Amino acid sequence: MSRLQIQTPGKAERTVSELYKDLERRIAVAPSGNCPVELTGAFLRLCLAQSCGKCVPCRVGLNKMSELIDKILDGEASEDDLDTLEYSAKSIADTADCAIGHEAAQIISDGFAAFKDDYLSHIHNHRCISSFAAVPCASNCPAHVDIPGYIALVRAGRYADAVRLIREDNPFPSVCGLICEHPCEEHCRRNIVDNSVNIRGLKRAAIENAGTVPAPKCLPPTGKKVCVIGGGPTGLTAAYFLALMGHKVTVYERRKQFGGMLRYGIPRYRLPASYLDADIDAILSTGVEAHLNVDVGKDIKFEDILENYDGVYIAIGAHSYKMPGIPGEDSKGVLSAVELLRAMGDNEPMDLKGKRVCVIGGGNVAMDACRTALRLGASSVQCVYRRTVKDMTALPEEIAGAEAEGVEMVTLMAPVRVNADAEGNVTGLVVQPQMLGDYSRGRPAPRKADAPEVELKCEVVIAAIGQAIDFGNLREAGVPEKMGKLQTENTGEVAGKNGVYAGGDCASGPATVIKAIQAGKIAAANLDEYFGFHTDVSQDIEIPQAGYQFKNACGRSNMRERAPLERVKDFELIENEMPLEEAMQECSRCLRCDHFGYGGFRGGRQRW
Amino acid sequence: MVNLTIDGKKVSVPEGTRILDAAREIGVNIPTLCYLKEINEISACRVCTVEVAGSEKLVPACSTPVQEGMDILTHSPRVMQARVTNVSLILSQHNASCTSCTRSGNCALQTLASDICYQPSYGNSPAKMDWNTKYPLIRDASRCIKCMRCVSVCDKIQTMHVWDVLGTGARTTVGVRDGMDLMDVNCTLCGQCITHCPVGALYSRDDAIKVVRSLGTKDKVYICQVAPAVRSAWGEDLGLGTDVATVGRMVSALRAIGFDYVFDTDFSADLTIMEEGSEFIERLTHRDQYPWPMFTSCCPGWLRFIKTEFPEYVPNLSTAKSPQGMFGAVAKSYFAEKLGRDPEDIVCVSFMPCTAKKWECSVEAINDAATRDVDTVLTTRELAKMLRNFRINVAALPEDDFDSPLGESTGAGVIFGTTGGVMEAALRSAYYLVTGENPDADAFHAVRGMEGVRAATFEIQGIKVRTAVANGLGNARKLLEAIKTGRAEYDFVEIMACPTGCAGGGGQPIRDGQELGEGRGGYLRKLDVAKPIRFSHENPSVQKLYAEYLEKPLSHRSHKLLHTDVSQWSLK
Repeated sequence: MSRLQIQTPGKAERTVSELYKDLERRIAVAPSGNCPVELTGAFLRLCLAQSCGKCVPCRVGLNKMSELIDKILDGEASEDDLDTLEYSAKSIADTADCAIGHEAAQIISDGFAAFKDDYLSHIHNHRCISSFAAVPCASNCPAHVDIPGYIALVRAGRYADAVRLIREDNPFPSVCGLICEHPCEEHCRRNIVDNSVNIRGLKRAAIENAGTVPAPKCLPPTGKKVCVIGGGPTGLTAAYFLALMGHKVTVYERRKQFGGMLRYGIPRYRLPASYLDADIDAILSTGVEAHLNVDVGKDIKFEDILENYDGVYIAIGAHSYKMPGIPGEDSKGVLSAVELLRAMGDNEPMDLKGKRVCVIGGGNVAMDACRTALRLGASSVQCVYRRTVKDMTALPEEIAGAEAEGVEMVTLMAPVRVNADAEGNVTGLVVQPQMLGDYSRGRPAPRKADAPEVELKCEVVIAAIGQAIDFGNLREAGVPEKMGKLQTENTGEVAGKNGVYAGGDCASGPATVIKAIQAGKIAAANLDEYFGFHTDVSQDIEIPQAGYQFKNACGRSNMRERAPLERVKDFELIENEMPLEEAMQECSRCLRCDHFGYGGFRGGRQRW
Repeated sequence: MVNLTIDGKKVSVPEGTRILDAAREIGVNIPTLCYLKEINEISACRVCTVEVAGSEKLVPACSTPVQEGMDILTHSPRVMQARVTNVSLILSQHNASCTSCTRSGNCALQTLASDICYQPSYGNSPAKMDWNTKYPLIRDASRCIKCMRCVSVCDKIQTMHVWDVLGTGARTTVGVRDGMDLMDVNCTLCGQCITHCPVGALYSRDDAIKVVRSLGTKDKVYICQVAPAVRSAWGEDLGLGTDVATVGRMVSALRAIGFDYVFDTDFSADLTIMEEGSEFIERLTHRDQYPWPMFTSCCPGWLRFIKTEFPEYVPNLSTAKSPQGMFGAVAKSYFAEKLGRDPEDIVCVSFMPCTAKKWECSVEAINDAATRDVDTVLTTRELAKMLRNFRINVAALPEDDFDSPLGESTGAGVIFGTTGGVMEAALRSAYYLVTGENPDADAFHAVRGMEGVRAATFEIQGIKVRTAVANGLGNARKLLEAIKTGRAEYDFVEIMACPTGCAGGGGQPIRDGQELGEGRGGYLRKLDVAKPIRFSHENPSVQKLYAEYLEKPLSHRSHKLLHTDVSQWSLK
């Protein structure tokens, strides 16, 4: 008689395990606009199915809460039922014996805090206040680029039309083809089948194959004059659309070149100057009057601009930086990532040959600083971060790229002070080991571990812990600020200043390029309305009809990069183009949500 | 051309053709429910799915374009099973109490359900109806199949966005936008959602019973008027073409069911022309005293539209009442006097191709001769229903004439029922009023046609008259935007809220998937040509009415009875 046996999962168990994986992907797609109450009810049923059924709160309580939610959804509940639901959730969370019941009840409580309005709407008006987002990628793209449209055009080989279509919402197709953070891919419905479509890769395929695509003709002059302060992505986006609408646009940029953080923040190995210049050339070709080396507030008075223009867009970005505030940070060899990258933008690289470099931070800018330092000849680069690699805010591919190129991730270490020699030159960064503890704002908070400090020997310390906004003379001009940012309405309007709009990093805090483009587009549209127009800049590009297609699972084509140890020697672009064969397969993976599903109803296209 | 095979038959169609249309080319009729060509191509009901050989999934025939070499099966076992399943699923949420439904016998779902061998296994749990049934336009949620046609029609054709999709997931439904009440969202009551509903979820308030149960009683005088467009379509729901369902038999039928006098809205259309035409001449000769252009005012859907969408143009409306309104006022004053009866003893019933007319007759400000100048408005559909109710054998009826004096009309009056007709009729008489001579009756043919917006300029004795005509409220909106922004300038503009005008009205018979307005309009044009008199000002009864009672157009009494201030009309 044997007492124990090796357990192998049965067919049902194996299948359920697979179903869980399918469901994980489906949940990850999270279409926007579904009724949150209905989803809560569905989650609750799932939790109930996971219950062992021993304890009252979980076995009976979850079931009763599920029934109450159904009653609410059927429009048959009163506010009393809502109260019952609310206190039941608390009691169940308080008394459940294990995580299954406790966390399930927590779902209800969290939902209450987040969307009580929706619950009330179901009770009083018998309906949901959310509305379904038809095309997940386009809805989730801050600039609402017509993604299924341009993918269909790439598939049809109409690359120039694809570029034109992208430009209807975003005048930086080349830039975004390379460095957009592609929030569009996050909710791609293709995730339900296998994996999201490589949308950014297809945008790059469009620009690589389109050749030079001239900007469209501007509409007849309206006589309105707009001044854009700052020649970064948001300022130039606004300038481009306003010029197309027929308004006269002048841009003032205080640096030697246009591009803002795209030039002075993003390293050339991710975004070569030629790509950036291609977009900027097209934008300026619309007749935007462009001035470099003009510092508004110093060279021109802000008041004069208010006087001389019908509308103003403040787009000064976030070009200042934060330092950690630790002893010794004024030593020679301590600098900010912003300074390092800005110098690269004007092709005035710092000499880091043979030096040991410590970079503080775990965001994308920290990765850019690490990888730039390696390319500038640093003998070693250590990336110092208080939490773990998993907690870093940098994109996973950026972290992986940095590691592959030889950056050492020194995690769970907090900087304490910079050591320097008698001349004040950095000799090392002293760090304190950390451990992860309780969660705070959705992330585990690090705290000091009971372990001795460590000195990381180095000659250069680069801080990449955040940017700040340099208001220059705007503060004196009375532009309101709040928490270190320009204060604006969600329309971009600066309160109390008619015709003055602000957007991009200076209003939102440091953010992605596509969010900067969104802000520029919003400012252009609202300035146009402010002038009394309702100009449509779309060009009626005919989108190929969605055909009947197979939707079998098919692998996603990812971008390939040059070999790490080769690419780290230069500043050339590290990412390879997607071969056309792969691009075509990738296009065919697009589910055309602009045609199928809700997209076929009221059209999947968004006009702005 | 793309070559493919459907049910073993070869067919060759232009690129971009949908499987549904390719199949129709060779006589294969694939069923549909939600599909409305170019208006609602959302493939939601999935009853048109067909099998493409080698395909993993069935595809919807309505929205899938053909591909070279496709081998399509429209009744394979998979297709048949899928169709049965989907129809049964739809029926599980449909209130199938067909006997009391206005669309019984004329319902796409009823036909489809009765044509398939279905085994209902999903039970039946329709939504609850939640609607104020006093409204002229009624939505019964228990019958709605969520095809979204009403949403699309209201969005794309009428641009009013009254209907919207509410909720998500299993609780997705259709309702008034933002969950509001119909009377709070500026619905024009045009009824195009009704005529495009494949089932009986949308219908106009049924007022026929009010008339049916009292018609023929002796204490009241029952009179009726029949709008121009009704005569082009009244036989459709009786299965009769215009060869049998003639104007003469329509008069006989109405007399047969008990109306004491059968009159014609064409008569009051001629009267409208006298008033509106004279008003136009008055405005034209005192140009700077009036806002321009002048708009026609006979269409209640249009009046609701302008009052909410372009209220700044309400002063531009002609003050002339609609022919229905004028008829009611004259019937309960002039005609009542002639009969020697109290106006309150006369029951005036209108047969209209229109749902918004049900609202118009209830507007307080329009009643000038009695408590209600027009007591009840019935649609063309209700007319056919009544005739069936009374078991009238139309084909066996003799041809008859309208009663006198409110039954005499001209060709100008009959074309009121089609887009451009009011404009043409007005121009014919305006020409006479200015020059003292009749123009050629077809001189103003340039305003005819079916395009959404049409413009034409005429010269009458050196005066240039710039006219525009729009049908459908989306087109009306385009025209009004053009006028508002100064891109276009006109003197006289005719608007009809329904596509093709009243012939395609929201109260007309419904043939699923077919647009019959143009053909009905053509019939009205033929009636015009056949009329011995084609000028409103030559209508002898109208002339007599002025001589005996009103004196002249725009007289004091005309103003009291035949004109109205639309700004005072309540939309509720």
